Amino acid sequence: MFGWEFPPHILGGLGTASFGLTKGMAQCGNMDITFVIPKPWGDEPKDFARIIGANCTPVSWRGVNWDYVEGRIGKVMNPQTYFDLRDHIYSDFNYMNTNDLGCIEFSGRYPDNLLEEINNYSIVAGVIARTIDCDVIHSHDWLTYPAGIHAKQVTGKPLVIHVHATDFDRSRGKVNPTVFGIEKDGMNNADHIITVSNLTRKTVIEKYGISPDKVTTVHNAVEPLSQELLDIEVPPKHEKVVTFLGRITMQKGPEYFVDAAWQVLQKVRNVQFVMAGSGDMMEKMIRLAARRHIAGRFHFTGFLKGRQVYEMLKASDVYIMPSVSEPFGISPLEAMQMGVPSIISKQSGCAEILHNVIKVDYWDTNAIADAIYSIIKYPGMYKQLREQGLEEVNQITWDRAGAKVIEIYKRLINR
Amino acid sequence: MKSICFYFQIHQPFRLKTYRFFDIGNDHYYYDDFANEDIITRIAQRSYMPACEMLLEMIKENGKKFKVAFSISGTALEQLEQYVPEFIDSMKELSETGCVEFLSETYAHSLSSLVDPDEFVAQVKAHDEKIYQLFGQKPKVFRNTELIYDDDIALMVASMGFKGAITDGAKHILGWKSPNYLYKSASAPKLRLLLKNSKLSDDISFRFSNPDWGAYPLTADKYIDWIASLPEEEMLVNLFMNYETFGELQPRESGIFEFMKALPRFASEHGIEFMTPSEVVSKMKPVGELSVMHPISWADEARDTSAWMGNILQEEAVNKLYCLAERIRLVPDKRIHQDWNYLQASDHFYYMSTKHSSDGSVHSHYSPYDSPYAAFTNYMNVLSDFMIRVREQFPEEIENEELNSLLLTIRNQEKEIEELNREVEMLRNNIVKDTAGDFAPRVEGKEEKKPSTKSPAKKPAARKKTATKNETKKS
Repeated sequence: MFGWEFPPHILGGLGTASFGLTKGMAQCGNMDITFVIPKPWGDEPKDFARIIGANCTPVSWRGVNWDYVEGRIGKVMNPQTYFDLRDHIYSDFNYMNTNDLGCIEFSGRYPDNLLEEINNYSIVAGVIARTIDCDVIHSHDWLTYPAGIHAKQVTGKPLVIHVHATDFDRSRGKVNPTVFGIEKDGMNNADHIITVSNLTRKTVIEKYGISPDKVTTVHNAVEPLSQELLDIEVPPKHEKVVTFLGRITMQKGPEYFVDAAWQVLQKVRNVQFVMAGSGDMMEKMIRLAARRHIAGRFHFTGFLKGRQVYEMLKASDVYIMPSVSEPFGISPLEAMQMGVPSIISKQSGCAEILHNVIKVDYWDTNAIADAIYSIIKYPGMYKQLREQGLEEVNQITWDRAGAKVIEIYKRLINR
Repeated sequence: MKSICFYFQIHQPFRLKTYRFFDIGNDHYYYDDFANEDIITRIAQRSYMPACEMLLEMIKENGKKFKVAFSISGTALEQLEQYVPEFIDSMKELSETGCVEFLSETYAHSLSSLVDPDEFVAQVKAHDEKIYQLFGQKPKVFRNTELIYDDDIALMVASMGFKGAITDGAKHILGWKSPNYLYKSASAPKLRLLLKNSKLSDDISFRFSNPDWGAYPLTADKYIDWIASLPEEEMLVNLFMNYETFGELQPRESGIFEFMKALPRFASEHGIEFMTPSEVVSKMKPVGELSVMHPISWADEARDTSAWMGNILQEEAVNKLYCLAERIRLVPDKRIHQDWNYLQASDHFYYMSTKHSSDGSVHSHYSPYDSPYAAFTNYMNVLSDFMIRVREQFPEEIENEELNSLLLTIRNQEKEIEELNREVEMLRNNIVKDTAGDFAPRVEGKEEKKPSTKSPAKKPAARKKTATKNETKKS
């Protein structure tokens, strides 16, 4: 598997999803998974997959001994793997910027020279593909498609690409041609395409012109929360709290949240609205709230991470995600895990599998306001969504998603 | 000789319009007139009217040997009177043939039998009055909303003087027993029970035009053969279904009307006759007792009441609604009573059902809402407004009991004044007769009147004082 992020060092939903899926597949048994990421930190869980760092894979030969390698990358990778990989260098990459181990450096993030890093990643993939014997190649998101294609050319094994998002979701229509090119190339070369929702599947089929029988939806799932997070205690509060949690960008539809809040506040006063997160539309939203004269009831917390997210959820009575376009959207599932009734837009992928949430069109602020009012005013509504939501989300587990992916693998191998 | 007992249900609720929380306290009209008119006229055109025509023809053709029964809810009757008056006329025509019986039920197609016995009795009376007024029949057999039934309901129904009741032949109640007999209630032995034969009923109403069904296509010949080949002792086949079966659930093209028309001929060939429920009750003897501890209904696979009162949403809505009942019975305002009726229709709670299995698809099919949550929100918004209106009728601090006695005094006051006036009049006449003087009677009249106005006025004043006292204590 080729991925770009892996917990605990993650920047977005991609890492969480790749991790969950890998673990889920391992739980199904009889799987030998190698997971390649650009830059491992050493604290990644290794019990269900072998982690190979692209920055630990030599592309040009260096005569180093075991102890040296052990000292340099021992905490990240087994030195034996380094030497195995070194035996399979297929071309002279000395002209490239390599280090003392003959490896290329990676940032593992989303730097300005991202395209160069993607290219380097695919060079490294050539070495790995020659070393590791595999049955299927699986690439997570567009950054790793070139690597997947390269590995497929080397090994002749089937390539599965996993579309966690497309550039149409990220850019709301203003697609970057280079990114589109990479995505399209990946899809064309793939033997099968997995999408995280039917919504994304439709995009892949319609916008990228891919044959429908090559595209399958495998919905994401969630990891059960630790007891520690579930037991978080928050100070008692006297007012209802309605929370928006996510990047404050055009994709997430924050302005619809402000409008719905304004409507609710016309009728009920003892409600607080929280916009947690940061993003390029944050200032605009602050101004909008002020212009609507609801700034006193509207709070901006800035970016929350780790435990803070769960503290915020625990203190909330309603969670809301009015995303304009969301390939899947894992955060409402997390809110449900914390027992928070959720309102989500019909334009998000997770709406396809969730029943015990309120689904609205993102632009229908009347419906959003109605739903908020109903949850904070009618105890039955709150209780039903909370209890049924919890029960429902606990059924959405990664091993089921993993089993579906394995099913696809089997079909490809036996073809 | 075997008998077929047909009974058709007609019910339409007053569907609610989109009622936002902004409207609470401002807008007191709750109904989606457009949808209600549209649906009832469409169904009447496609189903009710042609089906009535069919029945009339069948009765005429078969020399009154063909008989059926109807149960029409009050809310459906109101809508039909308003939008499809010609349907009421053809129902009257059917009633006049003497081959059509009308059954009793709750006026609003409500769940009151499960929640509020007083309301239940009141609604049954209201419904029977309406039936009498329209069709000149006094119902003798009772059929509860969605065939909901248990031992407690049996007691209430029997005490209202009904001879029989109709319910579902739920498997978990019957066990090895067959629904094709007349039973009696365990709690009220005088009450006879007619049980729906689910298999044969659903063969017509749900499976008739389904080409995947093994017995497709169903012909009258085959169907009557099935009935005739039932064990000899099983004398009664109760076929209960929605009237929409004809023309709506089973479209006209499926041949459902022709199928029905052919039934009596094949039935008479096999010596099978048709009976109305009250004929069954009076002519047949019950074979045994049936005890039903927990309410059953004809809905879903479970045949229980979970389709209306199965989740937290439904519980809250039902409870909030019925905690108003006592207060509403004291209110004279007619519009409040009308809304009270319409809001009780079981359909509103059905829309809130969250059953996702195969039942769920039926639920969503009939619901005007996207989701049970939307149904709940809309209903609760309406109910919130309704509660405000009910509360506004009387000062809120006064308890129902106190209010009742106050209202009683006020009502008695009128009577008292009337009586006293009559007395004054009488005395005056006497005096005029007795004496020619005009001084004495006036004094007497004044004296008589004074206490009459004073004494009742005192009471509420005194009560109010205690009420305000209570209030200050509370605050």
